[in-house]
Amino acid sequence: MADEKKPGLFEKGGKLYWLHSTIDAFDTFLRVPGTVTAKGAHVRDGIDLKRVMIMVVIALVPAALFGMYNVGLQTSLTYGLDWNFWHMFWYGLLRMLPLFVVSYLVGLAIEFGSSQIRGEEVNEGYLVTGFLIPLIVPVDVPLWMLALAVAFSVIFVKEVFGGTGMNIWNPALVARAFLFFSYPSSMSGSSVWVSKTWVSALKDVDAVSAATPLAIAHDGGAAALSSQYSFLDMVYGFIPGSTGETSVIAILLGAILLVWTGVASWKIMVSSIAGGLLVGWLGQLGGATDLPCYYQLVMGGFLFGSVFMATDPVTAAQTETGKWIYGFLVGALAVVVRLWNPGYMEGMMLAILFMNTMAPLIDHCVVTTHINRRAKKVKTA
Amino acid sequence: MSNQLDLKKGLDIPVKGAAAQKVAKTVKPGVVAVKPTDFKGFLPRLLVKEGDRVLAGSPVLADKQKPRILVTSPVSGTVKSIVRGDKRKLLAVLVEADATQEYVDFGTKVPADADQVKELLLTTGLWNAVIQRPYGIQADPELKPKAIFVSTFSTAPLAADTEFTLGDRFADFQAGVNALGKLTDGGVHVTVNKAVWSSSPFHKVENAIVHSVGGKHPAGNVGVQISHISPILKGETVWTMPVTLVAALGHVINTGKLDLTRKVAVTGPVVADPAYVVALPGTPVKELADVPADARVIGGDVLSGETLGTDGYLGYFQDQLTLLHEGTEREWFGWAKPFRPKVHSSSWCYFSWLTPGKKYDMDTNLHGGPRAFVETKCFEDVTPMDIFPIYLIKACLAGDIEKMEKFGIYEVLPEDLALCDYVDPSKNDIQAIIQQGIDLMIKEMA
Repeated sequence: MADEKKPGLFEKGGKLYWLHSTIDAFDTFLRVPGTVTAKGAHVRDGIDLKRVMIMVVIALVPAALFGMYNVGLQTSLTYGLDWNFWHMFWYGLLRMLPLFVVSYLVGLAIEFGSSQIRGEEVNEGYLVTGFLIPLIVPVDVPLWMLALAVAFSVIFVKEVFGGTGMNIWNPALVARAFLFFSYPSSMSGSSVWVSKTWVSALKDVDAVSAATPLAIAHDGGAAALSSQYSFLDMVYGFIPGSTGETSVIAILLGAILLVWTGVASWKIMVSSIAGGLLVGWLGQLGGATDLPCYYQLVMGGFLFGSVFMATDPVTAAQTETGKWIYGFLVGALAVVVRLWNPGYMEGMMLAILFMNTMAPLIDHCVVTTHINRRAKKVKTA
Repeated sequence: MSNQLDLKKGLDIPVKGAAAQKVAKTVKPGVVAVKPTDFKGFLPRLLVKEGDRVLAGSPVLADKQKPRILVTSPVSGTVKSIVRGDKRKLLAVLVEADATQEYVDFGTKVPADADQVKELLLTTGLWNAVIQRPYGIQADPELKPKAIFVSTFSTAPLAADTEFTLGDRFADFQAGVNALGKLTDGGVHVTVNKAVWSSSPFHKVENAIVHSVGGKHPAGNVGVQISHISPILKGETVWTMPVTLVAALGHVINTGKLDLTRKVAVTGPVVADPAYVVALPGTPVKELADVPADARVIGGDVLSGETLGTDGYLGYFQDQLTLLHEGTEREWFGWAKPFRPKVHSSSWCYFSWLTPGKKYDMDTNLHGGPRAFVETKCFEDVTPMDIFPIYLIKACLAGDIEKMEKFGIYEVLPEDLALCDYVDPSKNDIQAIIQQGIDLMIKEMA
């Protein structure tokens, strides 16, 4: 194992051995470890968690890139700035960059520290979580709030359970929930979704209301919504909202990659959409909304949540039948919250977190049913 | 074709170095090892000492608890030495072989009932080839199994082609099956590879229930076949016997001689000219193949084989030797590269699916570090059994007997979940976990 990257200093018995998790993390990031199989199968598949996680990050890239452009676009529209495409994109990129930096710095520092304490290799899970968090919060969220949310979620939702693979709830969503309940004024309402922090430094602007389609529909129904945004606007993503969630097209590109590589379950995606459509349709029939059910899919974080958050293999249901049930209930509950709840306009976050909690129960039922059915079958055979 | 079984799930690992259908040489070994460690559940007591004469078929070891169960010498010769390991654990009895072989005469009388078959199996040492399920241990001669299963083919990577190795020994195989049929009321189930059904001699076997089984690995594993044909419940036992040793049993019945000679497939990417070698179990590895300095020698296949080492000896059950490079080389940016043409992955996160026919020069690199389970359905896709692999694995880890029972511990051996080892992105040693669960079951249920 001794080589130029790992002098004796970091090896067992060396002075800085206590840092070995960190050193290993950087070392194996650059090069595949030279570990050979000791027991079990002598040859192994090329796949590892680093590859799995990077696939999710790649799947998020279209949504992230479009989101950056859209940050600039919304700012430019709201404040009447005469920006071209590249202005908008660069503005969004520069605006988002600090969020990514803070998310990764705080999250990885805690992740490395915890691995160090446990004496294990650093897990790759935060590669995805750290990328997700900036995409699901308002772009103007103060960085200290973001840091606090990341720290809370990584420590109390992941590390105390034992790290990636052991957590019950999706850490990125918990970070968002933490902000949502701790600092509601920065997380909800109609003035947080368009970036104005930097603009206000250049130009004297008031807080301008730029409500999300979800909020408009919630208050004024279909007529109010169609006066501001068309259905296609929402499909393309030219609407205010969290950075990653607005463009249906960009999210679907990511979904194709995730389903193709098998990293995320298509069953969860499909059943979540089915659940959302069904409840949306019932809501329309029952008079809770006058929006057609498919509007539920293109507004807010529904699709982003269905594709990237609900499908997290650690926190979702693990059995194949369970995935159908879990996904359906995620979608259904999200729209139930949207339509029959006066307080929150967006139900996706809470629906997924609630179903994360319920996923082991679903699996338990599926597995028990299977065992009983099998016992019966064998008895009669 | 009465019974058909088509398994959809599974994976054939495309490793280079399949043995060509030719016999490269016949090894007349100088020294042969009798290894008690080949037999699970066997507690050895020595019956010979250094300098003793033995014939092919003479008892060398007896079981301490069931003294009727013997291990016999595969060659005639002189006991050269007794090899012991830590705490004086008996590792091997080395027998220096005679130039011309002499055999114990077991007589050519066809055994008429169960007792005579058992007696023949016990005296020839072939009882050890009868494996009891659940748990994959030495069978108990006092029991009567629900059924006996013989899989006539293996789907394991680069496994010996039984059509080639045993095609000319059908009469022996038939005699063996006839004898086994007397041990159970449930009949002898013989499974035949669907892909070669009509060309395979095995489908003509009589006095047996013949099944055609198709699919990728592990379709050839007898455990997988049992779970579809006659699942094992709590309290039931099923016996299995490897096809090569069924033929050896038939050979004893037909000729009176115990001859364990077999065609051994010498395979793997490191082997220059992979082919078959005719040899006895216990033959030194060095006489079977030229082993390069950094190669790992595996008795059996790359999934469930045993690391023998260059100075090791072929095991009792092994009809395959696989040689692999140790994968200690460190690849720069391995996981981050878009293409890794030298590394196979069954996951579509890589691009191996573009070259489905390609064979890979695989080595023993783990391709990652150990992590907590992050399950993406990969275990289910390679386990063609009616179980939830991840739940069984976790029950084994937790040592929860009741759950292990429910999740199907009676139906599996580590080899049946060997592909989970291969595909797991978290690099857990699933086979070791399953074995740990089985060991616990044996201990608690005894």
